[in-house]
Amino acid sequence: MQAFDYIAPKNVDEAVSLLASQNGNAKILAGGTDLIVQLREGRRKAGLVIDVKHIPELTQIAHDENGLRIGAAAACHDICANPIVQRKYLGLVDGIHLIGGVQIQSRASVGGNLCNASPAADSIPALIVHEAVCNIAGPNGRRTLPVEEFCIAPGQNALQAGEFLVSINVPTPKEKFGAGYLRFIPRNEMDIAVVGAGASIVLDDDKKHFVSARIALGAVAPTPLFASSAGDFLAGKDLTRANIKEAARLAQAIARPITDLRGTVEHRKHLCAVLVERALDKAIERAGGQHAQ
Amino acid sequence: MPNKIHISATINGEETEFLCEPRQSLLEILRDTLGFMGTKEGCNNGNCGACNVILDGALVNSCLVLAVEIQGRSVTTIEGIATSEGLHPLQQKFIEHAALQCGYCTPGFIVASKALLDQNPDPSEQEVREWLAGNLCRCTGYDRIVKAVLDVADS
Repeated sequence: MQAFDYIAPKNVDEAVSLLASQNGNAKILAGGTDLIVQLREGRRKAGLVIDVKHIPELTQIAHDENGLRIGAAAACHDICANPIVQRKYLGLVDGIHLIGGVQIQSRASVGGNLCNASPAADSIPALIVHEAVCNIAGPNGRRTLPVEEFCIAPGQNALQAGEFLVSINVPTPKEKFGAGYLRFIPRNEMDIAVVGAGASIVLDDDKKHFVSARIALGAVAPTPLFASSAGDFLAGKDLTRANIKEAARLAQAIARPITDLRGTVEHRKHLCAVLVERALDKAIERAGGQHAQ
Repeated sequence: MPNKIHISATINGEETEFLCEPRQSLLEILRDTLGFMGTKEGCNNGNCGACNVILDGALVNSCLVLAVEIQGRSVTTIEGIATSEGLHPLQQKFIEHAALQCGYCTPGFIVASKALLDQNPDPSEQEVREWLAGNLCRCTGYDRIVKAVLDVADS
């Protein structure tokens, strides 16, 4: 592997200064399940690797009145094992749990999955439907950015020079909220999504109408897609099969997949509608709603 | 060339010190510097599980950990599984069930299975299969491996 220096700063300010001092020659190390492979294969270069796992803000999994805060370097296993996450953020668990096997879950972080900006990343549609927001630090201080605006092209994110992802904020779900994520792969485990779909909904008191909905898709565009028009369509509508199918059709309409070794355009378009409908059904069930007829 | 860094860690229960370059993986240091040759290099990119070790209780691919990251931490390799009294039950059952052919993936499977049984002493077949999904074996077809792990859980 290419030679580099290693440093493990203890706080965010120190990491910001280190990044600034390197003129783009430094890389952030969280779980390393992408970065170490990329460095070894020469797909990324680094003169300095900055290990952020010694910064408490980067490894925290905390919950308060503002919601859940996931440090960008917190391991997938630790997130999914958190009792509050297991109780209130099931859409996130669906997506995060799918990232690799046990060995990868021990190390890989959701922040890394996001920064790596794969169109097929399983955690990203789940984060989008949970209305997650990125907390970013850099030479000009802190800023926030909704997750749906974070990925800008395959492998490229919205971080500016000298910036890095500190944490992800996920708001506390409202009453009668439910969310789900699922993907299609041609085998049982250990694969990359052909299509992924996430959905979240809020039901009204009688659980017969949608108050709001969010839908997101993976692996059908250069970045994960937030299908806002499909979610907005459901707001105020009756909980019926016809409305669910129409939302799925609207989500399908914005997908612009390619044909590659994992699937064809036609197959992926078909899967969009099927998976969005199933993700909505899962979200409705988790919100305590009846299965729509 | 970056300077070598001095690392102290506990490996298989023993305080161990070594020098490493930041670019060296834990796998590389275990095998080439410390002589723990039981940990195998398979794919060297996190797909195959042949290099599995337990790092502070968590199962990891040692090819995806930098050796500098283990300062002050505890690592268990395949060499730390058996005791002075004899083989670990997993090792014994792998032999009894003929759960290996070429044997190259076996250290990874045994370390992974130990990590499973440490946190779930009575897994279902489905749980064993899911847990071992990150370990590849091209000889056995997995069935004998799963049976060996379930047999340890039963006994």
